[in-house]
Amino acid sequence: MSKNPDTWLARFHRLGSPPSIYLLAGALLPYTVIICGALFAAGLYWGLVLAPADYQQGESYRIIYIHVPSAWMSMLVYSVLAGASAISLIWRMKLAEAVARASAPVGAVYTFLALATGSLWGKPMWGAWWVWDARLTSELILLFLYLGYMALVAAIDDRRTASRAGAVLAIVGIVNLPIIHFSVEWWNTLHQGPTVTKFDQPSIALSMLIPLLLMAGAFKFHYLCVMLARVRVEILESERRTTWVNALVTQRSS
Amino acid sequence: MSEFFQMGGYAIYVWPAYLVTAVALVVTLVAPLHRRARIIRELSAIAAQQNNQHPK
Repeated sequence: MSKNPDTWLARFHRLGSPPSIYLLAGALLPYTVIICGALFAAGLYWGLVLAPADYQQGESYRIIYIHVPSAWMSMLVYSVLAGASAISLIWRMKLAEAVARASAPVGAVYTFLALATGSLWGKPMWGAWWVWDARLTSELILLFLYLGYMALVAAIDDRRTASRAGAVLAIVGIVNLPIIHFSVEWWNTLHQGPTVTKFDQPSIALSMLIPLLLMAGAFKFHYLCVMLARVRVEILESERRTTWVNALVTQRSS
Repeated sequence: MSEFFQMGGYAIYVWPAYLVTAVALVVTLVAPLHRRARIIRELSAIAAQQNNQHPK
């Protein structure tokens, strides 16, 4: 008995095909960009204009609206990197490999932003651009992990082997995430303790919490937009010589 | 308005932080979009060349 080509499974498999993902990502991108822009507009206006000044830190605390979302994203993206790496190792999924490789530079950018904005906040508040406290140091190590992953994957010629080596590094580095998160509880740190991500009511004013969450959402949509765009590039590059890409290209120029 | 830009005296910390963030986020988003456009341009050129060499 021959396989019915239009079974559920066959249709599902085709959804995962490169041209389908390419077209789907392209269709979603304009909407995700608009939502991202709207969230940034709302978050920035609420955070910079509407929210009150802090009674201790004055207006300088407003760096929180870019510092905290960047830091959250630096960790979220690393989880995606490690998760996609694990999936690519266990199930050999090409898409998982692509997601992992595409995520690393983006995660590195968020980590750099967390460190840079934190430094600009630390100087007026703590009097220091940098301290080797547990939170800052473990976030810096996160940046090194991202850069190390990118360097390792770039250093190995065979694409498959490179992805697998990188995947192992990414998975091993996951231990850093709970260290970053709990650093302010386990050690005596200059960096302040948890105010939002804890098993209790957030100890931040609602008028400041809402713009913070809006900006967190904006950053998440930014990551989504970037990933959709990068996955499209990855697919185009690895499928350069296929007929569907050829058709796509000639269709556009006609 | 001027008060807003002063940021309570912390302007030299707050605005560079926002600026570096804006630049980083925009560049990160735009880079793959440009790259895709460039790839399609290159592939079009190659396809056009092939059409010229093998006219239909």
